[in-house]
Amino acid sequence: MSDSASKKPASKGRRRFLIDSARTACGVGLLGLGIGIYSKSASSMAPMAIRPPGALDEADFLASCTRCGLCVRDCPYNILKLADVGDDVPTGTPYFMARTDPCEMCEDIPCIPVCPTGALDHALTDINESRMGLAVVVDQETCIAFLGLRCEVCFNVCPIRGDAITLDYRHNERSGKHALFIPIVHSEACTGCGLCEKACILDEAAIKVFPMHLAKGELGKHYRLGWEKKDAAGGSLVTPDQEHRYNLPEGMSYDHTGEGLIFDQANAPAMTTPDAAMEETPFSSNPLDTLKKGIQEAD
Amino acid sequence: MARYTVLGAEAIRKKGWWPAHKWLILRRLSQIGILLLFMLGPWAGIWIIKGNLSSSLLFDVVPMTDPFVFLQMLATGFSGIAAEAVTGVLIILAFYLLLGGRVFCSWVCPVNLVTDASFWLRRKLDIRTGANFLRNTKYWMLGMVLLVSAISGVMAYELVNPVSILHRGIIFGMGFGWFLIAAIFLFDVFVAKRGWCTNLCPMGAFYGLLGKVSPIRVRADARSKCNDCAECFVVCPEPQIIPAILKGEEKGIPPVILSGECTNCGRCIDICGEDVFHFGLRFDRSKAALSSGEMNAALKQKL
Repeated sequence: MSDSASKKPASKGRRRFLIDSARTACGVGLLGLGIGIYSKSASSMAPMAIRPPGALDEADFLASCTRCGLCVRDCPYNILKLADVGDDVPTGTPYFMARTDPCEMCEDIPCIPVCPTGALDHALTDINESRMGLAVVVDQETCIAFLGLRCEVCFNVCPIRGDAITLDYRHNERSGKHALFIPIVHSEACTGCGLCEKACILDEAAIKVFPMHLAKGELGKHYRLGWEKKDAAGGSLVTPDQEHRYNLPEGMSYDHTGEGLIFDQANAPAMTTPDAAMEETPFSSNPLDTLKKGIQEAD
Repeated sequence: MARYTVLGAEAIRKKGWWPAHKWLILRRLSQIGILLLFMLGPWAGIWIIKGNLSSSLLFDVVPMTDPFVFLQMLATGFSGIAAEAVTGVLIILAFYLLLGGRVFCSWVCPVNLVTDASFWLRRKLDIRTGANFLRNTKYWMLGMVLLVSAISGVMAYELVNPVSILHRGIIFGMGFGWFLIAAIFLFDVFVAKRGWCTNLCPMGAFYGLLGKVSPIRVRADARSKCNDCAECFVVCPEPQIIPAILKGEEKGIPPVILSGECTNCGRCIDICGEDVFHFGLRFDRSKAALSSGEMNAALKQKL
């Protein structure tokens, strides 16, 4: 009895300590949960906000960007902004909007070397290698090139035109006699700078820059493009290449550019001329004769 | 002597206005001056320092990175950290290890201006009620921040960190973020006394841990002159650290505040009419009162 009585005050203190700790842990834990959930929803960035050149992929970027704004300061064109609280870009991180302020693709990329943590990859030294996003001709119904009008503004402002954007000439089926000058973006060259989006003459741009993960599809890993494999191997890897043969009677061959069936006279002594060959058939060269023949037989 | 009647009146009467406000004024000059240094670039095009408290570049040469932000980055598991960030963290660590970890809180952090205003208003309105936090809540917060970083793989706390949001917002512009700052101001006025900086801020907790070993401390060598007015206790943002040192002469506690939670704000030095406190080193070699053995023991105990 005396033993438990002497223990009582100590256990009371311990009880209080445990309850206080639990209270704090719960409160702080709740707050942490809130921050964690908020960070999850904040990580899905607005598709129109584009990261500066050299930005690591979004997960690594949000792990390493200190939100210091040094890239913002060293951008000579002042295109970069730091996101405010409540923006649909994670708080404090740098981005630009291509429609209003596209990246001018400086050759020395001044925004990258100042980044203290490498959230903008210091290994990127050639701006043409940067992949800020990818331009996509999103609306072929309003792009006036598809309507048959001459525009090509996106093509002309592209800093690496001819590689990143090319023009495809197509027949204008509406007029029947004109050409369409269709802009085609090539992902192997497009940096996602957004100059094309800014220059698009439409009220709402028909060509837009999206983050890579939104703009690009991805082929299943099990796909093997046979023609590429064949080129790489220098020949077919499955069955040996064979020249295609038509199953034609002896003495005949087929060549499209030689305009069809060819009668090899040397190998077919029985057939002297094409006309002679035709005469061998049971049918007349005049279809009417064949029809009449049927009627005569019925009679 | 009994308790004070008008806070600070005694110090002004005995020492004069300037000595009774010296550290407070210097601290405000430091807080505002640092903000102005950062603003000089965008305002006047004079780029002495560029960036913000999270990371900055002094004279376009010296990199500085906040170790608390850096710690979050490490917690995310991000591995490709550039050398500038490491150099920058070492520079800042050295600075605060020398001057006192929470010197950041009282001499640099812009939120301190907000919460000090809250504290002033709270006293003016004579609000005495409020939520009580466990003393170590901010360390729980620090643990939570690092845990959330580790689990989410991103610097999640930087989405809401009022310190970086305010400093960045002042320099780079801010809209909705002001609501967060207003919330902290009101929280400190109506919900909890010194609620944010003393009880919750994980950044303060981090710098507090850093400050445990810094050599520059507030000393109370003249503690025998203390007249129990308790004004230092009222103005101190971490009042729990004062009594043991001030009244610990018989217990052999050295007259120096060794707690990392002390922000080295110096307000206790200002407010004390008897000049009990002053800035000094961890242990003063000129003092013969403690033998070297005793000092080592005291130091060991505190470390």
